[in-house]
Amino acid sequence: MKLSAIIANTGEWLSGSGPHDQIVVSSRVRLARNLKGKPFPGWAKKAERVAVLDEIRGAVIQLPEMKEAFSEKLEDLSPLEKQVLMERHLISREHAAKGAGSAVVMNTAQTLSFMINEEDHLRMQAIRAGLQLDEVFAMINQADSELEESLDFAFHNELGYLTACPTNVGTGMRASAMLHLPGLVMSEQVNKIINSVNKIGLAVRGLHGEGSEAMGNLFQVSNQTTLGEAEEEIIGRLNKVIFQILEHEQNARQILLQQRAETLLDQIGRAYGILCHAHSITSKEALNLLSFIKMGVDLGLFPGGYRLQVDELFIETQPAHLQKGLQATKLGSEERDSLRAALIRTKLKKMPETEIGKIPTTPPIVQSPTSEES
Amino acid sequence: MFCDVCKSKEATVFLTQIVEGKMQKVNLCEGCSKEKGVNDPTGFALADLLLGLGAAQEIEKNPLGIRCSVCGFSQTDFKKTGRLGCSACYDAFAEGLSGMLKNMHRGLIHTGKVPARLALALSRARELAALQQGLEKAILEEKFEDAAGLRDKIRLLESEEGKESKSGESNLSGGEPDLLDGPNRLSLVQTEDVPPNPGKKS
Repeated sequence: MKLSAIIANTGEWLSGSGPHDQIVVSSRVRLARNLKGKPFPGWAKKAERVAVLDEIRGAVIQLPEMKEAFSEKLEDLSPLEKQVLMERHLISREHAAKGAGSAVVMNTAQTLSFMINEEDHLRMQAIRAGLQLDEVFAMINQADSELEESLDFAFHNELGYLTACPTNVGTGMRASAMLHLPGLVMSEQVNKIINSVNKIGLAVRGLHGEGSEAMGNLFQVSNQTTLGEAEEEIIGRLNKVIFQILEHEQNARQILLQQRAETLLDQIGRAYGILCHAHSITSKEALNLLSFIKMGVDLGLFPGGYRLQVDELFIETQPAHLQKGLQATKLGSEERDSLRAALIRTKLKKMPETEIGKIPTTPPIVQSPTSEES
Repeated sequence: MFCDVCKSKEATVFLTQIVEGKMQKVNLCEGCSKEKGVNDPTGFALADLLLGLGAAQEIEKNPLGIRCSVCGFSQTDFKKTGRLGCSACYDAFAEGLSGMLKNMHRGLIHTGKVPARLALALSRARELAALQQGLEKAILEEKFEDAAGLRDKIRLLESEEGKESKSGESNLSGGEPDLLDGPNRLSLVQTEDVPPNPGKKS
């Protein structure tokens, strides 16, 4: 499998659907593992890293779920290709910065990816659309169980799986969900929510995880602690909190509809107007405006076909994705901004034109989260 | 009494400080007390005064220069990077790490997934502990039928473990005369509900 084929397809988590996928964009679980008796990647010499890479990569590509996998050493990927994978959340920002001695392996559906010699010898993740943390955990847990038949992972009777950073020791698991929360941002409640989520030991971060900015009203909620609780307990706790945030977001949207309908329509209408007619737009502005369109789709202000187009634009307007067809020439940021505006214009022009005028009496809002809670 | 710093002049300034319930005393001469800037005794720790700034913290923690014997990673490296060198570092720096882990996590014992190759031994140990507990409870409550059942289960479990973990080591004191050779004999004798019919295994 070639990277160009991977890039041409948007991947299941983006185009697929899942429970509550209007607000929960994606669910992801990653596990950190290290080989017993080998120095961690940050401390290992190059020859040691290469040996670990060969051992792990050999085991990963043998997995039944990794048939026809894409497997490449980081040194053989161009900066642009690395960034494309990062924008799709298939590799981390840290991994994208790696060179010799590191590799990435992923399946065709782009639901499973394995980063070899990131901060730990192996970081493997499963990602899918919507709220399905239990399902993605089951996927990656199975891969882990299969791998441990051939790989001897460092495990401590008391501390569990040993990781380079003590913040990951124990389960080595980081479970996260990407949430789209324009209602909470518009009603200025999001900081309150973030603070209370932080207080119960969960982290809220921006689009690309640690240290990244929240753009497009997208927030990543994840577990902060990895030791002292079983994987299922951590995920259960996270699920509960996400359901609550989901409910707050739905309430915030309803209140906006009832009390500030004009403001809401104005914001969505302006976003639509700018995106339809702009000739230069930064990725940050594009994301923030697309967020309003996405909410408008949720509220029934746009015809059905808009959903996938808008969701795809969230990824396609990212800097590296914009350039993926033009790998020979490296674009400056001004060129990218006009290319981005053109892409959005073309895509929206293909869609039936809409007038952001009246709000449907019964907005087809997401199903009640409480009915699915188990 | 001589000054604790220059150890030559007569001490005239006497400082007493209580740090975490322990009393510390320092005696200084006039010159040294001025040199150390002793006019606000609340603003510094005595150990810092005598051994240089930051000394108090260093004494509390691991002495500087601990290294992992497996990979050579040092405490200083850890402070610099926030990452450890290898899995053995968790033991090498265990003392300093435990406080850190306590602040970071919800507990200090892993309760989640265990690799399958270790899981059998771990789950057996846990099952045994639970059975033992049940047995004690049953005896206390005088439910002797239950107790007998639990005892048999414990014996079965222990014999299975013995079969797999060791070979040739037999402990037959007080048992029936050993008619079969090898380690399997022990389990067959001790578990009453398993018929001694080793040849019938399919």
